[in-house]
Amino acid sequence: MEFFRISKDIPFMRHALVFNVISLVTFLLAVIFLFSRGLHLSVEFTGGTLIELSYAQAADLEKVRSSLGKAGYTDFSVQNFGSSHDVLIRLPLKAEQNTAKIGESVMSALSAEAPGASLRRVEFVGPQVGKELAENGALALLLVVIGIVVYLAFRFEWRFSVSAIIANLHDVVIILGFFAFFQWEFSLSVLAAVLAVLGYSVNESVVVFDRVRETFKKVRGLTTAQVLDHAITSTISRTIITHGSTQMMVLSMLVFGGETLHYFALALTIGICFGIYSSVLVASPLVMWLGVSREQFVRVKKQIEGANRDGAVV
Amino acid sequence: MNRYPLWKYVIVALAVVFGLLYTLPNLFGESPAVQVSSGKATVKVDSKVLERVVATLQAAGIENSGIFLDAHGVKVRLRDTDAQLKAKDLIEKQLNPDAGDAQYVVALNLLSSSPQWLSSLHALPMYLGLDLRGGVHFLLQVDMRGALTKRLDALSGDLRTLLRDKNVRHAGIAREGERVTIRFRDADTRTRARQIVEDNQPDLQLAEQGEGDDLKLATTLRPEAIKRLQEFAIKQNMTTLSNRINELGVAEPVIAQQGADRIVVQLPGVQDTAKAKDILGRTATLEIRMVDDTPGAVEAAQAGQPPFGSDLYVERGGLPLLVKKQVVLTGDRLTDAQPGFDNQTHEPAVHLTLDAAGARIFKDVTRDNVGKRMAIVLIEKGKGEVVTAPVIRSEIGGGRVQISGRMSTMEANDTALLLRAGSLAAPMEIIEERTIGPSLGADNIRKGFHSTLWGFAAIAAFMIAYYVLFGLVSVIALACNLLFLVALLSLLQATLTLPGIAAIALALGMAIDANVLINERIREELRNGSTPQAAIHTGYERAFGTILDSNITTLIAGIALLAFGSGPVRGFAVVHCLGILTSLFSAVVVSRALINLIYGRRRRTESLAIGQIWKPGSQARAIAD
Repeated sequence: MEFFRISKDIPFMRHALVFNVISLVTFLLAVIFLFSRGLHLSVEFTGGTLIELSYAQAADLEKVRSSLGKAGYTDFSVQNFGSSHDVLIRLPLKAEQNTAKIGESVMSALSAEAPGASLRRVEFVGPQVGKELAENGALALLLVVIGIVVYLAFRFEWRFSVSAIIANLHDVVIILGFFAFFQWEFSLSVLAAVLAVLGYSVNESVVVFDRVRETFKKVRGLTTAQVLDHAITSTISRTIITHGSTQMMVLSMLVFGGETLHYFALALTIGICFGIYSSVLVASPLVMWLGVSREQFVRVKKQIEGANRDGAVV
Repeated sequence: MNRYPLWKYVIVALAVVFGLLYTLPNLFGESPAVQVSSGKATVKVDSKVLERVVATLQAAGIENSGIFLDAHGVKVRLRDTDAQLKAKDLIEKQLNPDAGDAQYVVALNLLSSSPQWLSSLHALPMYLGLDLRGGVHFLLQVDMRGALTKRLDALSGDLRTLLRDKNVRHAGIAREGERVTIRFRDADTRTRARQIVEDNQPDLQLAEQGEGDDLKLATTLRPEAIKRLQEFAIKQNMTTLSNRINELGVAEPVIAQQGADRIVVQLPGVQDTAKAKDILGRTATLEIRMVDDTPGAVEAAQAGQPPFGSDLYVERGGLPLLVKKQVVLTGDRLTDAQPGFDNQTHEPAVHLTLDAAGARIFKDVTRDNVGKRMAIVLIEKGKGEVVTAPVIRSEIGGGRVQISGRMSTMEANDTALLLRAGSLAAPMEIIEERTIGPSLGADNIRKGFHSTLWGFAAIAAFMIAYYVLFGLVSVIALACNLLFLVALLSLLQATLTLPGIAAIALALGMAIDANVLINERIREELRNGSTPQAAIHTGYERAFGTILDSNITTLIAGIALLAFGSGPVRGFAVVHCLGILTSLFSAVVVSRALINLIYGRRRRTESLAIGQIWKPGSQARAIAD
């Protein structure tokens, strides 16, 4: 089997502007959604109590709501979690509530109108924890960005590292934009997924850049755009297959992983799709516009191993 | 050119054997067990307890599939849960005849059913996090400000006593926020007081303030003293917590420090959060009282008629002891208790430090009662226990008390621990709590397992269809990666959580990238007319640089997650980082070893089974077998 039968380099760079406009528009939309709707942060960040119940029969959410209301709870949310049997109750943080007994008091409130529930999970997060998590998350993001920029600048060239990080940070913003638009719950595991995606899709840029460097060194007489086209075309097969494989795994998580892994897998899916697009079609034009050229790679004249005389090597 | 030296094959073979060995315990599952551990610091679980447990089970005719003693206590593995419950009740009855005064913790537990020889190699199953096995997790914040306030309050009392003893007249001592201010009417007195305080309280920093006839001496604790105080507070709170958790009968509680001022408590298998919280929040008190040595009184008390104003206790040796109800000192006055040795006799001893007020009382009491005995009683849950009852040999002043005589080093340690356990050094607050039911844990394991399994199957099917033999080699390398990852996680006993399982799945999904890179590169070389052997060689060589670069960038993200992540993110990050490292080895070394084994020995290789290679401009040529 061979999916990719490309005889000539695809002129990606001719459409560079289009790709960048598309991605700029998506990026701006994501930013707008982030600001207008905001992220639906999980209890881990906001503080509060989370209670997961399981009923033997399909749960009657209305009854759960009304019995909680009668017990004096306010601002709570009740929804199904994964299946119709499972219910997730979110209670906001309240100073006067006795958090120690909240699980039991909710259960006793429910026993009157919606009996038969078994307690699956209780999570309580105090206010100080949430703030710290948000700060640590931002710090981790910063550390990843700096680490990657420094490493790529060291291994390649500053132009590569700057374009790679711009392209991939824009992925992160787009993932967050999706979460804001659909009001999906943004939890700690989603944050982990976002950071993992950042590391992962930089891979993609690395693979292309590796090829760019190699082509610059081996082949003379090509314009920068042609070199980039060649690098992208010759790695596109690997790009699609690798991401396809990773996506198969993520899809399996989406299908079998249940509610807990649902948003994690979803964030990865978005990240993988936009990761391909941005690291190939956004990062490469950026490198071109930043003025990468052959001279930056070929300093010492030496014969590269395995290169043909006519230079038509990959 | 595609041959590995023997040692490389040996390394790969060793790695696979190691992987199999340490993955193996995870396949045996767990069997129900009963665990006996010490319920009190003074009770040791030793081979005698083991013999008692064996005898108890034999007498009742309960069969066990393994019984042994380790650092945690005696563990008995049983055939099924019925036998487990029966055995627990029997052992409980045998070891703790008085239910109100339990000497041992008898808890239900699950033990790995892997054979003994594996366990002796330290090959244990992965350590499952609470979200996979169910249980309670608490994060407690120690109120350091509270500890400091408590210390400063005690300090102002000390200063007052000190100045009175030295006949220095001051115009009041008060705590203001984080410092203690002493007022004076004239500068001479202040200078004298400053001298005295500096000599007696090395932990204090002094500053002169005020003017005219309102002179002040502001005293604050030195930063290193505050640091010591905080370390002491958190250590003492952890000791106290572990003493209390013993009562809950949890098989493997985790009590660990997190950051400077937090304590994590994890109680696997515990569902009753209310009781757990109740026990965590309780305070014990320590009281020093005099022993009632009226002749005949002990006998009367044993007959059921204790004299008025006295309680009957049992000493650690088992002898009855009558203790007066009147409290001489409470644990609040005790600032520290450390095990050590007597300066003259070099016998093991316990050194107590009392605060100034306590020292004064202690001095008076010891002066009046030379030759008599005093009892130190630990009162918890309304029940008292005599920790030690030493004879007073002489008047003791200065607040430094030493208890010695007929004590082993171990006993001195235990006594000091019990004395310190009297109360929490600083108040604590629960800032995070997670309760996970056992059914949810089992569900999570199943979901994580299925995700990994089906994802792996899909990738394997695709790789073999697309790259044929090279695809199969990639899949074997990927399986090795899984093997190494699980083995490493088992060996390190890192906590596996659901995000951790997700990270395993993701690691596999990303690791295949390396093999795709290699296989694509080999195809490309073939397309450009290289010979098969040369294609393999250059394919691996060229791909390696790319693989290294891309894995390092992923690793950077993983390390950042590890550094700043907490809870679920950390569980994810650990596996993510390990997965990247194992994938580098398996994708590059293991797969190359396999390819070399297959193709390296053939002199003339006409074609590689890497799937169809399409060449631009020419007719598609099938090279696949």
